[in-house]
Amino acid sequence: MHTDLSETVIVFVSFFRNALLERDVAKVGCSLPGARKTGTTICGVVYKDGVVLGADTRATEGMVVADKNCSKIHYISPNVYCCGAGTAADTEMTTQLISSNLELHSLSTNRLPRVATACRMLKQMLFRYQGYIGAALVLGGVDCNGPHLYSIYPHGSTDKLPYVTMGSGSLAAMAVFEDRYKPDMEEEDAKRLVRDAIAAGIFNDLGSGSNIDLCVITKGKVDYLRPHDEANKKGVRTGDYKYKSGTTGVLSKLVIPLQLELMEESVQTMDTS
Amino acid sequence: SEEEECEHQAESSSHSSDRTTIIAIAFEGGVVIGSDSRVSAGASVVNRVMNKLSPLHDKIYCALSGSAADAQTMAEIVNYQLDVHSIEVGEDPLVRSAATLVKNISYKYKEELSAHLIVAGWDRRAGGQVYVTLDGLLARQPFAIGGSGSSYIYGFVDAEYRQGMTKKDCQEFVVNALALAMNRDGSSGGVAYFVTIDKDGTDEKCILGNKLPTFFDE
Repeated sequence: MHTDLSETVIVFVSFFRNALLERDVAKVGCSLPGARKTGTTICGVVYKDGVVLGADTRATEGMVVADKNCSKIHYISPNVYCCGAGTAADTEMTTQLISSNLELHSLSTNRLPRVATACRMLKQMLFRYQGYIGAALVLGGVDCNGPHLYSIYPHGSTDKLPYVTMGSGSLAAMAVFEDRYKPDMEEEDAKRLVRDAIAAGIFNDLGSGSNIDLCVITKGKVDYLRPHDEANKKGVRTGDYKYKSGTTGVLSKLVIPLQLELMEESVQTMDTS
Repeated sequence: SEEEECEHQAESSSHSSDRTTIIAIAFEGGVVIGSDSRVSAGASVVNRVMNKLSPLHDKIYCALSGSAADAQTMAEIVNYQLDVHSIEVGEDPLVRSAATLVKNISYKYKEELSAHLIVAGWDRRAGGQVYVTLDGLLARQPFAIGGSGSSYIYGFVDAEYRQGMTKKDCQEFVVNALALAMNRDGSSGGVAYFVTIDKDGTDEKCILGNKLPTFFDE
C-alpha cells in the first residue's frame, strides 16, 4: 500500500492485516489475544537510613473491585518486607512460604536474615515454576550490609536497584520516581516520594485504587503505616431519596395482628463499608 | 475467592535481555567483555542500568543475553558449580571449565531455556579466552558478539578486528561496537559496561550514555 507521508497523519494499514488475521485464526479455531488488565501499583525506594515500600489497596476480579482495602505489603522477617503484584493468592502463599523458611534458616544460623537470602529463595522458587506462579514482587529490607531493594519477576529474574516499581501502574509510578528521586534522601522526603508515586498509579491506572499503604524499614525499626493516606475516601451523601412521612395522604387504616411464635433469633450484620 | 488478574501480558511473555548487545574479545594476556544495560518487557524498559556482565569466578565473567530469568539462573548455577570445582582441584578454574559448565546446561535444557551466555576470562594455562555456548555448542573464538544488537555490528567487527590488538585497542573496539549497536538497535541502550580481565586482576568500568563515542548523524 502506498502511503504519501506528506499528507497522511494517521495510517490504518494494520486494519486490513488484522482483519485477515482474524479470519484465518478463526478457521483454525482460536481467537486473537485480548488485552489483559492487571491491578496494582507497588514500589520501593532506598533512602539514607533504610527503605520505604509502598502499595495501593485495590484487588480486582476482572473489571470488578473484589477488595477495596487489601494488604499488599507482606511480612517476610522482622527486617524484610515484600510487596506483591500479580495473582493475589500466588503472592500471599509465596511470601508466606519464604517467610517460614527464612525463619527456620535464621534460627539455624543464629543471625538476622539478609535481604539477599530472601531474594535468592524467592527467585529460585519462581524459576522452578517457570512463570506459572504469577507473583511479581518488590522486596526490601535492612540487614547487616545496609538497606537493599530488589524487584523479582514471575519468571525468576531479579534486579537490584535504588528504586523500583511493579504492577499495571508501574509506568505511572516510575515517571514520578525518575523525576524526583535523589540518592540519600531524608525519611520524610522518601515517604512523600513513594506516596506520590503510588498516587500516580492510583489515579492514572484503572487497576489500582483506594488507599496508599507504606512500610518504612530502618535498622532495628519497622513502621507499617496502613493506611498512610486515604486517597479515596467514600463520599458522604448530600441528598436523600426518602419521602417525608405524610407525603402520601392516608384514607383508611386496617390493622390485623398475626399470632406468631418466635422460634429462633439471630443477627447478621451486613458489611456496608 | 478474590484474586487479582494475572500479571501484565508483557511481563509474562518476555522480561528479557534478548534485546541486548554483548561482546567479548581476547588479547594477548587477557580479555575485554562488554554489554549494554537495557532490560525490556514488551515495549517498556524495566531496568535501564542492568549490568549484564556476571562474574562466574574471580577472573572469569559471562555476558548474559536472552531471557533474563534463564540467563541469571544459569550464571548463578555455574558460579556455584565453579566454586565447588575450584575447591576440589585446589586452584583457580580454567575458562574452558567454566564454558563447559555453561555449555552442559545450555545443551541439556536447550528446549526449555532461551538464553545465550558468552564466557570470557583469563587463566594461567591459555591466557585470555572467549567461548560461545549458543544452543549448547562450545567454540573458542578470538572475539564474539551476541544479542539483538549484534546484527547491526557484524560488518563493523569483521572490518575492524585485527590480530594482535593491545589491551587499549580492545577496550576501544568494545566501546565503539557497543555504541554503534546501541545507536541502531531499539532494544539496546542505557550505559555501556565493560570488564577487562588479565593476570593482574579485573577492572570494571561503566560509560554513561552521554560519554559514549559518537558517529555519523549524532
